[in-house]
Amino acid sequence: MFQSALFQLVLVKLRGFLREPEAVFWIFVFPLLLALALGVAFRAKAPDVLPIGVERGPGADWIVQAISATPGLEARPIDGDQAAADLRAGRIALVVVAGEPWVYWYDPSRPDARLAALAVDDALQRAAGRGDVHAISTREMTDKGSRYIDFLIPGLLGMNLMGTGMWGIGFYLVQARAGRLLRRFVATPMRRSDFLLAQILGRLLFLFIEVGVLVVFARVVFDVPLRGSIFAFVVASLLGAVTFAGLGLLVASRSRTIEGVAGLMNFVMMPMWIGSGTFFSVSRFPEAVQPVLQALPLTAVNDALRAVMLEGASLAQISGELGIAGVWAIVSFALALKLFRWT
Amino acid sequence: MLPMSEFAIRCRGLVKRYDALLAVDGLDLEVRVGECFGLLGPNGAGKTTTVEILEGLLPADGGEVEVLGRVPSIGNRALRQRLGVQLQESRLPEKLTALETLTLFRSFYDHGLDPREAIAMVGLEEKARVWVRKLSGGQQQRLSLACALVADPELLFLDEPTTGLDPQSRRQIWGVIEAFQKRGRTILLTTHYMEEAERLCGRVAIVDRGKIIASGPPADLVAALDAEHVVEFEVDRPPDLEALRRIEGVRELGQENSVLRMTVGEVHRAIPRLLEELRVQRLDLLRLTTHHATLEDVFVALTGRHLREN
Repeated sequence: MFQSALFQLVLVKLRGFLREPEAVFWIFVFPLLLALALGVAFRAKAPDVLPIGVERGPGADWIVQAISATPGLEARPIDGDQAAADLRAGRIALVVVAGEPWVYWYDPSRPDARLAALAVDDALQRAAGRGDVHAISTREMTDKGSRYIDFLIPGLLGMNLMGTGMWGIGFYLVQARAGRLLRRFVATPMRRSDFLLAQILGRLLFLFIEVGVLVVFARVVFDVPLRGSIFAFVVASLLGAVTFAGLGLLVASRSRTIEGVAGLMNFVMMPMWIGSGTFFSVSRFPEAVQPVLQALPLTAVNDALRAVMLEGASLAQISGELGIAGVWAIVSFALALKLFRWT
Repeated sequence: MLPMSEFAIRCRGLVKRYDALLAVDGLDLEVRVGECFGLLGPNGAGKTTTVEILEGLLPADGGEVEVLGRVPSIGNRALRQRLGVQLQESRLPEKLTALETLTLFRSFYDHGLDPREAIAMVGLEEKARVWVRKLSGGQQQRLSLACALVADPELLFLDEPTTGLDPQSRRQIWGVIEAFQKRGRTILLTTHYMEEAERLCGRVAIVDRGKIIASGPPADLVAALDAEHVVEFEVDRPPDLEALRRIEGVRELGQENSVLRMTVGEVHRAIPRLLEELRVQRLDLLRLTTHHATLEDVFVALTGRHLREN
């Protein structure tokens, strides 16, 4: 029994992909490495202990003891020359110069140094006998979801959907056109709709793997939450994938050379890499360009994924973003089918 | 059921323009069911354009076209079910195996051969599980031919099926085409190799500048030169051409650069007379060759140019 043309065409796409080790790396491994590197580099933890230097002199020993008795601070005696060098290099946050008055020597542009100044002052004043004017207690916030890695992961997902959708479809199509394979297909009774549908289906099959791998990785390594429903998350991912598949189809609808389509791809994707809130918030851009940035498909997809993952948003709450992505998908497909060059 | 037409392909007054260039200029063609017909001509003569119009890949700008009794067009899937098409220089997906490639092409057709049968027809059984990329040029070309044969078509289009191949690969492909024709199927092929047309084709049409300038069985076209032999020679100074033309038995005399070529009926009588005439004109003979007339000579006689210009 011969299989259907649609099945065979999807199979061609899957085989072509899995037999291309570079493609597997860029789609599955690279996003993980990127998430790992950025997650580690921007981890939100402050150093557990602030290192403080105390310049040798009369009363220095008492100061060292008073500071070290306070949790989160650690003091050691230090020479004047060494103190300047260690401060510059960031090995210590602050130097206390004993004497009358005590001198706090630090770089006020460093947040950890300013924090050290407050903590050291509090420790020394208490040790010297100052009491609390008002009783307080503290409650610690331990929820995840507000760190940089939490912001980053949905953005990486969106960016990956864009990259694989556009390259996976665009590159393949232009290669087939340049090698006159499309023309050869058209010379057979193959349904052209089968061929285009196979591109989308092949794309969606990978979607589950590539999104799943990144979400599980983020959960296991960085404890990034998925607060919303799995259903809303799948809908947002699917719509994102379809939107970028349509955009890839459109960008590749006429090019006859790989170089031509590569330039066009970068031209389309570059503004979204920067302006769609993947690595930093869209709100950093001026008010005047906000409407443009908000209308970009990647901005919509990123915002939708972020809302579902971090804020537990429901489908209704992300309907605006889904609407924008949907319009892009419909317009791209319609234009691509109109413009598509088979020969 | 309609009576089977005698013709697999008919076209009349075919015209195709690319901007200012007239690629096909009022071409008429009739290919009978069961014959192997060759379109012969130099690069740029309009062969490929003509074939792509017949395949329905290109719209014609004028003229009437009928293929297997239908009008070919991009959307005519019913007609495509009956056609096998091999395009010039089309690259198959590199990372599929030969068998996977054939299974893919087979899936496009309602009826056809088992992919393994098609692979056997072109003698690639041992390469069934090898990636296309790892096949030699000749093997890739045979696989490409198999992709057209897997449809078990009534009419097979082959656009320069052996261009760029070594002699051994070429003969293997000729064998496949001959076997296909023996089963009563029709073939239209384009080529600029004379031996290929003479060996495979029952009839050929010589195409030049978008028009057919001669057609018929290869032997008839050669015979129409009214000369079985061609004598080519070079001499040290420009000769008196009129005197050479008057030599008894010379049908035609032409000149291409420094080479003079004459067509003669009986080479053993013509050459002594030629040598005598050169002696009279006090010319030194630098080179002289003779060969049986071929389609190449027909083309040269008709156009004054060679098929493959170096």
